[in-house]
Amino acid sequence: MSAPLRAVLWRILQTVPVVFGVVVISFVLTRALPGDPAVYFAGAMADEQSIEEVRVALGLDQPLWRQFFLYAGDLLQGDLGNSISTGQPVLTDLAMRLPASLELTLTALLIACAIAIPLGVLAAVRQGSWVDHLCRVLVTAGVSLPTFFTGILLIYVFYYLLGIAPSPLGRLDFIYFEPPRVTGFYLIDSLIDGDPETFFAALRQLILPATTLALFTLAPIARMTRASMLTALSSDYIRTARAAGLSGAMVLFGYAFRNALLPVVTTLGMVFSFVLGANVLVEKVFAWPGIGSYAVEALVVSDYAAIQGFVLAMALLFVFLNLVIDLSYTLIDPRIRFAAK
Amino acid sequence: MTTATPTSVPTQGGLWAHLVYVLRDNPVTLLSFGLFAFFIGSAVLGPYLVPYDPLATNSAIALQPPNFSHWFGTDNLGRDVFSRVIVATRLDLSISIAAVALSFVIGSVLGAIAGYWGGWLDAVLNRVFDTIMAFPLFVLAMGIVAALGNTIENIVYATAIINIPFYARLVRAEVNIRRESGFALAARLSGNSHWRVLAFHIFPNALPPMMVQVSLNLGWAILNAAGLSFIGLGVRPPEPEWGIMVAQGADFVVSGHWWVALFPGLWLMLAVFTFNLMGDGLRDIVDPRRRT
Repeated sequence: MSAPLRAVLWRILQTVPVVFGVVVISFVLTRALPGDPAVYFAGAMADEQSIEEVRVALGLDQPLWRQFFLYAGDLLQGDLGNSISTGQPVLTDLAMRLPASLELTLTALLIACAIAIPLGVLAAVRQGSWVDHLCRVLVTAGVSLPTFFTGILLIYVFYYLLGIAPSPLGRLDFIYFEPPRVTGFYLIDSLIDGDPETFFAALRQLILPATTLALFTLAPIARMTRASMLTALSSDYIRTARAAGLSGAMVLFGYAFRNALLPVVTTLGMVFSFVLGANVLVEKVFAWPGIGSYAVEALVVSDYAAIQGFVLAMALLFVFLNLVIDLSYTLIDPRIRFAAK
Repeated sequence: MTTATPTSVPTQGGLWAHLVYVLRDNPVTLLSFGLFAFFIGSAVLGPYLVPYDPLATNSAIALQPPNFSHWFGTDNLGRDVFSRVIVATRLDLSISIAAVALSFVIGSVLGAIAGYWGGWLDAVLNRVFDTIMAFPLFVLAMGIVAALGNTIENIVYATAIINIPFYARLVRAEVNIRRESGFALAARLSGNSHWRVLAFHIFPNALPPMMVQVSLNLGWAILNAAGLSFIGLGVRPPEPEWGIMVAQGADFVVSGHWWVALFPGLWLMLAVFTFNLMGDGLRDIVDPRRRT
């Protein structure tokens, strides 16, 4: 087996204990409900007997370790229980709403990277200049901004004062029809459908929430880009490259930037943790019909199966994203392959 | 660290001179200390100084824009936003300080044990922390509060749990590199127990980086708690708290009543900003090499 392939397989194997741990924690969370979980899952109208039935149906009368295996078995079959508020299986609900969240998150990440990486590079190249100070201010302000507050500010300025943004209610104004569902991403689906009008309508709805999320995400990426670019620029190979008479652009982008990018890719893992959390808040502010606002709605009515399903789904998504980052890292950086056990 | 010389320099004066030097070099840090004093003052004295009862409603003066008698305007029930914002400081700071203190203590103990003795305990704790970090942290906090019950104490516990790994990792690393160091072995040889060496000889070395972590973490904990109450967890209305006030004000922003959400949001932002600046400043004082 070739070295890179073995490294990739090893990395995939490493996620198994993490996924197991995630399942254990989410099992503990479902069993940590105050009082009797059977009473909750039976619903408000339940009497003694139906509570007992639910208890047996959920396996709550069994010893804890067997309950865990029942729970894990259900998970393997994709059974996260039924949501009380929508009456549907939680998995179906989550699958319906996941594309909305992903569309928002990925757009925000793209915007954040498109601004933060050039900003960080410039700040490092012109250390001490106004770009550097701007970068520092943005970085400190960016991590201090509560996302929900930024969102409200943007709504006030761009919807109420300037009237450029559409009303902050969901993914599409009600005068448009949803594009036929292929990927669930409105931007892509409307293009597949050949409907530019819907595309731009969806884009207009998306811009404010995505910007809100991007402002928050920008800070750690810019900070990391600047720091790793500074490290790269002060290293020996850059001095050598300069001494060898390579052009400034070649040194900067061919050598320094490529090396500086690796730590940035690693930080993306931490950034995802923040983004997925902030996503919930932004979805609430903009009434975005993703899995975050689904969880918030579920919280209001104490719909526990839905909340736990959401937490589990987010954790698995995060583990998966980290895996993708690490794998791309393995493929980008030739040194990692040799380090793999 | 340089090697210790037998004739110790007057460290107190040295530290003070260093502090003055760093603060003069970086007035922003001084500003952050000033702001910090302001917030502590608001938290301690605020409830006695505010002009209005933060809970008193008066529908006759609902939704007034900022004016001389109501500096930050009034909300939809005629409550004075300024009084509510100031009074909320105590609750917001208490939640985050309690949470950070909890994770500091628990994280220190677990991290120190793992770093000093190692072995299977270290391996198990590492796995547990890995698993906690495998969740998006805010989402895990949501799940914990939802599972334990919707109260302020549970917000504190949830915020503490998601922060424990950071402290434990830090202490573990600091303890681990000093476990076999000369001064620790000397302390052992002169008859101290393992616990004593760990607690009084090794652990204090981890305190400076921990302080930086605490300061940065406090800001994050406030954001986290305010975010949780923004989505309706923990704090119950009419209790004044920044997150929930922004949430309530959000309904009025679309109709142009900006002040109901703006001021609590601004205060929240300022508090987080203060702790972040202070953390950066402390890092400069504690470890000048890590400046970025």
